[in-house]
Amino acid sequence: MKKFRVVHYINQFYAGIGGEEFADHKPEIREGFVGPGMALTGAFGDKAEIISTIVCGDSYFNENLEEAKKTILDMVRSVNPDIFIAGPAFNAGRYGVACGTICETVQKELNIPVITGMFEENPGAEMYKDKMLIVATRDSAAGMRAAVPTMAALALKLLNKEPIGASIEEGYLPNGTRVNFFDKERGSRRAVDMLLNKMAGKPFTTEYPMPDFDRVEPSPAVKDIKAITVALVTSGGIVPKGNPDRIESSSASKFGEYDITGVNDLTADTYETAHGGYDPVYANADADRVLPVDVMRDFEHEGIIGKLYNKLYTTVGNGTSTKNSKAFAADFAQRLKNDNVQAVILTST
Amino acid sequence: MVKEIERVGIPVVHVCTVTPISMTVGANRIVPAIAIPYPLGNPTLDVKEEKQLRRKILNTALEALSTEVDGQTIFEVK
Repeated sequence: MKKFRVVHYINQFYAGIGGEEFADHKPEIREGFVGPGMALTGAFGDKAEIISTIVCGDSYFNENLEEAKKTILDMVRSVNPDIFIAGPAFNAGRYGVACGTICETVQKELNIPVITGMFEENPGAEMYKDKMLIVATRDSAAGMRAAVPTMAALALKLLNKEPIGASIEEGYLPNGTRVNFFDKERGSRRAVDMLLNKMAGKPFTTEYPMPDFDRVEPSPAVKDIKAITVALVTSGGIVPKGNPDRIESSSASKFGEYDITGVNDLTADTYETAHGGYDPVYANADADRVLPVDVMRDFEHEGIIGKLYNKLYTTVGNGTSTKNSKAFAADFAQRLKNDNVQAVILTST
Repeated sequence: MVKEIERVGIPVVHVCTVTPISMTVGANRIVPAIAIPYPLGNPTLDVKEEKQLRRKILNTALEALSTEVDGQTIFEVK
C-alpha cells in the first residue's frame, strides 16, 4: 500500500537550531523528519511518512509574513505532499500564529488537508480554530506525548476522507461546527450528574459553553494630551537591572511597579529585560527600545504631554496565562485610575 | 492587559509588532511597531536616528490616544 506523503512545519527551536537568538532563521527545507517529526512518524506506522520538514524562525515568519508565506508555499509545492502538518506550538504565541497562518495558506493555495496543534489560549488558536483542525494541546512541550497520537490519528482520518467526529471525541479545539453523536448516558442523567457535582463543589464540564465575547468598548479620546498624565506599561519584561522582584522569564506570576522619578533614559547599566521569549540582546543594550522612557521624558520637558507618570508597570508576556495577565492589569489599572492617570501607552514585543 | 486598563475607563494605545495578535486580544487603538526584540528601536541605525524613529512611533501613539474610535483601529506610523 502506498504511504501518504506528509510535509511537517516546525520552528527553529524544535529543529534544534536554537532559541530566541535564532528566531530570525529563514525558511529551509530538509529531507525526512526533524525533531518532533520523529514521534509523528512513529505514530503513522506504515500508513504515512514525513518526506520533508520545513523549518522557519518564529520572528522571521511574523515579521516577513508575505515573503515567508510565499517561500514556504513554494517549498511545499515542490515536494507535492498529500497533507501539511504544523507544530504543535503549545502556548508559544508567534509559533502558533505561524502554524495557523501557513496552514491556512497551504490549504487555500494547494487544496490539500492541513492540521496543527496548540494550547487553547495561544493567540493562533483564536485566529484559526474555525479555519482548520487544531488539536488541543497542553501549554508546554510536556504535552508532546499526548498531542502526537491525536494529531496523527486526525491526519490519517483526513487523508482517508473519513468523517471527523465531534471536537470532544477527536481532541481538536471546538470550531463552531456541531457534530451529533450518541453519548453513553442519556441527557437527563448527565444533567443530574452535573448538578450534583456542582452542588458538591466538584468540577463539572458544561455541554453548552457560552460564547466568550470579551470585548471592551474604546474609551473616549484624550481631549488635551498636553494637560494630562500618561503612563507607560509593558509586557516586554523591562525591569531594573538585576530583576529585583524576580519576575519569571515565562509564565509570569507577578508584575513589577517601579519608580522612574528623575529617570530620563534607560541604560544598559540600569535596566534590562526579564523576558525569556525574545532575543534580549537589543533590550539589554537599551531598554528604551521596548519601554520608551527617554522619548516620553523629552515629550514631558517639551510640553507635548502634561506629565509622564512616575511609575512603570511591567510583566513578562511569555506563556503567561490570560487569567494572570487579567489579574495583574486589573490591579495596576485601579492604581493608575486612583492616581488620575488619563492615558496609557502599552508596549509589547 | 489593554482591556483591563480600558475597562476602568483609561484610553490605552497598544504599540506592538504582531498586530494580528493585538486585534485578536481586543485592543481598540493599535500602533504597529518595528520588530519583536526591539518594537521601538532599530539597532542598525545610529543613536540619533533611532531615537527619531522612536519619537515618530510615539507621536502616532499620542495621536491615537487623541482620536475617537468606534471599533478596533490600527494607526499606521507616518
